[in-house]
Formats: sequence, C-alpha cells, structure tokens
Amino acid sequence: MNPNAARVTTLGLRPDAKIRDCLPTGMASLDAMLSHGENAGFPRGAISEILGPESSGRTTLVHSLLAASTAQLEICAYVDTDDSFDPVSAAAAGVALSQLVWIRCGHNAEHALRAADSLLHAGGFGAIVLDLCQVPPRVSNRIPISYWYRFRRAIENTPTILALAEREPIARSCASLMLDIERKKTIWTGAPGFSLLREVELQASSRKPVRPGSAQFKAKALG
Amino acid sequence: MIFACLHGPADLPQIASAFSPSFEQTAPDTVIFRIDGLQRLHGSPHQIAEAIAQKAIEKYSGGGVNIAIAETADAAILAARNIPGITLLTNAAPHLNDLDVATLPLTDEMAQVFESWGIYTIEQLAQLPEIGLAERFGPHGVYLQQLARGVIHRPLKIFQPETTYEDRIELDHPVSLLEPLLFLIARLLNHQCARLLSNAMAANEVTIRLELEDRAEHIRTLRLPVPMRESKSLLKLLQMDLEAHPPAAPSIAISLALKPVHPRTVQTGIFLPVTPAPDKLELTLARIRGIVGEANVGIPQLLDTHHPQPFTLVPGPPIPSPQSRSSNPQGFRYFRPPLPATVSLDGNRPVRLSAPGIHGKVLNAAGPWRTSGDWWTTTVWNRDEWDIALSNGALYRIYCDSNWYVEGSYD
Repeated sequence: MNPNAARVTTLGLRPDAKIRDCLPTGMASLDAMLSHGENAGFPRGAISEILGPESSGRTTLVHSLLAASTAQLEICAYVDTDDSFDPVSAAAAGVALSQLVWIRCGHNAEHALRAADSLLHAGGFGAIVLDLCQVPPRVSNRIPISYWYRFRRAIENTPTILALAEREPIARSCASLMLDIERKKTIWTGAPGFSLLREVELQASSRKPVRPGSAQFKAKALG
Repeated sequence: MIFACLHGPADLPQIASAFSPSFEQTAPDTVIFRIDGLQRLHGSPHQIAEAIAQKAIEKYSGGGVNIAIAETADAAILAARNIPGITLLTNAAPHLNDLDVATLPLTDEMAQVFESWGIYTIEQLAQLPEIGLAERFGPHGVYLQQLARGVIHRPLKIFQPETTYEDRIELDHPVSLLEPLLFLIARLLNHQCARLLSNAMAANEVTIRLELEDRAEHIRTLRLPVPMRESKSLLKLLQMDLEAHPPAAPSIAISLALKPVHPRTVQTGIFLPVTPAPDKLELTLARIRGIVGEANVGIPQLLDTHHPQPFTLVPGPPIPSPQSRSSNPQGFRYFRPPLPATVSLDGNRPVRLSAPGIHGKVLNAAGPWRTSGDWWTTTVWNRDEWDIALSNGALYRIYCDSNWYVEGSYD
C-alpha cells in the first residue's frame, strides 16, 4: 500500500500526512517521542518550531540538531538574528563549525528573513536554523504568513530542515513540528556561598503533531 | 620522424613558428620541431635546413643560428648546440662521434670518472658495455650512453605561451548607470569564459577596472573561494559587488581580467549527503553579504585563548570535516552588546539585578570566577563572572569589570 496515497472522505479526497525522512537528534527520549514508524527526529523538507521562554533549553536543542546534521557531513547554516550565537557551546555539543555558515543579522529580523530565503532557495543544506529567540513579539507577529508558506514550498521535497527557535509560534500552520521546551530543574552543587551550576533537566513536549507524554533530557553546564 | 633544431641568440620561437605551429623550447637559445610535413613544400631535409637558415638571415641579419637535422630529437639538439652552421645527420651517431663527452649532461662525479677511464669522446662512451655502465652509474649512465648512440626516441614537449584572459572596451559615451555597464561586462565575460572553457581552465580571481570620466580608476577584485567559469555566476557576483561599491563617476572604458587556474575536481560519493554547489553557494553568500554586510557572513572559528569570547568569524566556504559528538552540554546565548546592569550586593554576592528588559531577585549564584588576560596588549581584560538564577526563571552569566554587565543567558 502506498503510504502517501490519498484517502476518500465524505468531503472529498484528503491526502494523508506525508511520511518524511527524519534526522534523529541523538537524544533517545526525544527521538522516541518524535518517532513515526521507522523515522524518528526532526522531519526533513519541513519547518520545525522550537518554542520556549528564556533559559528553557531551545539553544541546547538547536545545537543538538546542528550536531546531528554536521555529523552526517551536511552543510548547515545559522541565521543569527540577534548576534547571540555562541560557537564555544555549539562546538562542545559536537557541531562541526567548519560545516556551519554563520550569518549575523545585527538585530534586524528583515535581514534574517531575506538571508534565510536566499539559503533555502540555494538548496543543498542539511539544516538551517533561524534564531528568533530574542526578537520581540511585536516584531515577530508582524512577519506575514506568506513568508512561511514560501519557505515551506522552497524546502519541501528536499532534505533540508528549517528550524525556527522562538518564544511563541510564528509559522503556525506551515510548521510540521512544534516542540515546547521547558526547564524543569536546575541542579546546583556545593554549599551555599560556594555553589556551582551543574546541569539542567529539560522537558520537551510535542504541540504539533500532538503526542502523548513528554521527553526528558539533561544538559550539563559548560565548565 | 625528422627533427630540426635551432640554436642561437635570435628569437628562435618566432623562426620556428614560421615552419611549425608546435615546437619545443628546451632552453632560451634552443628550439626543436618536426619537419616531416615540410618535404613537399621545401624539398629534401637539406633544402629545408637552407630555408630555415634563409629565414633566420631574413629575420636577423648576421645569422649566427646553428641548424641541425636528425632522426631523433636529442641528437638534433646535441648537434645544433655543438656544431656550427648547418648539420645534416641522416644516421645520428657517426656524425657526433668526435664531440667531447662533456657536451652531454654529465654530473661532476661522472666527468671525473670518465676522465680517469680515458673516455673523452662520445664515440668512446657509446662503445662501453651497457651492463657495466648501469652497474656503475645507474639509469643516468644508461641514458647518457643511449644519448651518445642517438637511439632515444621521445615526443616533443610542445611550447605553449602563457594565455591571458583579459579584454578591454572603450566606450563612445560615458556610462553612468550600472545596468548598461553590466551589459558590456557580460559581453567581455562571455568571451573570456568561453576561452577558459576551451582551454579546460577556470578563474579564481576576477578584476574589473573601470576608467572613469574624471581620469580616475575604479578597480574591484573578486577572489573566489572555488574556481569558476560560468559567466552568469561571475556576472552576478560582479553585479552585487558593483552595487555595493559603485564607481564615483561615469565610465569611459572597461577592462576585465581573469586569473586562470585549473578547475577543482571533486570525487563525489553515492552515500555522501548532497551539499550546496560551490558556485551557487558562493553566489548565495555574496547575496547575503550584500544584505547583512561583508563582515557578518562566514565560518565560526575557535581561537586558542582564554578570552571571554574565544572565537572569530572567518570568510570562506564551509568544508565537511567529521567531528565526534560529545555529551549534551547546555547552550549559551550572548547579548551583543552586553547589557549594562545594576547589581545589588550582599557582602560580595549579587542579590538583585536590574538591566534593560531583565529585573529580578537573584535566587542562586555561583562565582565569582576571576579571569584576566592580554595584559601585555592594549586590549587587556580583567573581570569577575557569576552564574545566576533569577526570579524571572532564567539563568544568566553576569560579569563585573568596574561596571556590571549581563553577558548572556544559558538556554
């Protein structure tokens, strides 16, 4: 049976959700939560949104995604809207920096969107991260939905992953995956006055597609 | 095969090119070429030699050019370099017998040994036993003996003058707009790229020189990370560069120069992931540089230093390099520039923080981590760092170097 075959409903033909190739992040619990048949991880040829407030673990997850992609010798790009990228923590997470194109947009969301558009239409990238974490909602909410439709059209039927890191959903219906990230626990060690930030426990839950349960994983502090 | 060799002080390539389009220049004063096809035009080898001599006299009165004709290239060279006038060697070796053995390319050691053996002429060298010579001198000894016997047959290494890929257009009227200028540049580029393609070459540097109406010059040079020869891609790169750096006055002449290099050959694998095509990637990055600025696009590179931000952004294309994945460390985000903060202290520990967009009570703090460096330069740094958990739920890294700043957040 063709997995991509259309289904006849009372309201006409409804194409089933396309089964996409995926890129596992390397975090077992998260990959298990995102598994769909044999595929697990971030869907290729689609937009994925990583959502959460400050210090929730969005950047940690983005680094894991880039590390997984560069480990497969793919070329990736980081569109850094607010010049916030830290190559040291990315390299510590296993991102091959020589395979990463870093684009600093100087707090200009419009430049970031135009740069992402050029990258998506150039093709051949494994993962493109559009970092909108520090873009205020009054700016991000003004991005026309047509941008996201254009981006989605540009990457569908390609192996490229477009990951948006942000506070609130922006691409909405254009995104194939929406992950909510939350920091559950911060572990400090040492006596009061001599404490040390050790690690954080993060929790990811899938808002779209809706999946029961959540994935828990830990991230060690950079020492 | 019959070869003619010319030796003399004249401009020999020009004389040789009058008889054959392909010739070898073994030294600045020696050229050699084949004359097989000239027999119907000039007659016997001797007549050909006389025609060459006549041409040499016509071009350079006074002559002084030695001409040798032989059945092997090396015999002709040997004769032309050592026998004045016209030498015709139908059977090479006997005519060279009387030449000094020192006319062959001997090493100092070999010259001494031959002298001690009493070998003074080429004929004497040719008569030595080949096996014994190989045992004593190795392959070079055998090569010299074959040279002396005139039995080495080799193809010529054809002389190829250095090809330049340059062109220039002078305009009837000054052109100030970029679009008509690009139309003319495209014409130059198409022609030069076609030449590159026909010579199996590519360009890694493009220089455009605009001569301006006010007698100034506007020169732009594009250094390409990968050799390219597609005129459309090069034109687009030039367009974006000229849009970013337009000439100050209308142009009256355009010069274009391409630096030729061998094209890059890459072995692709069926199991390797698809990566952006180099020319397309360069074009994309050039377009993005036009949007965000030239210094803001590149590859992050870590620096060997303890500086708080030990990395830089280097231009250049991304290169696949396998890297092992380690554990899952916490990500960090910088605030660029760092946010100036007001920090309340209890003793020496921060208890409250206020910065643009960030306010709260410090719930937990680790520090201070004292770092300093570059005291031997003008960019000295010296600061105390703290990792703090704020009541707004976020984790920040703050530091104090006479003033307090929020450097970024753990995310």
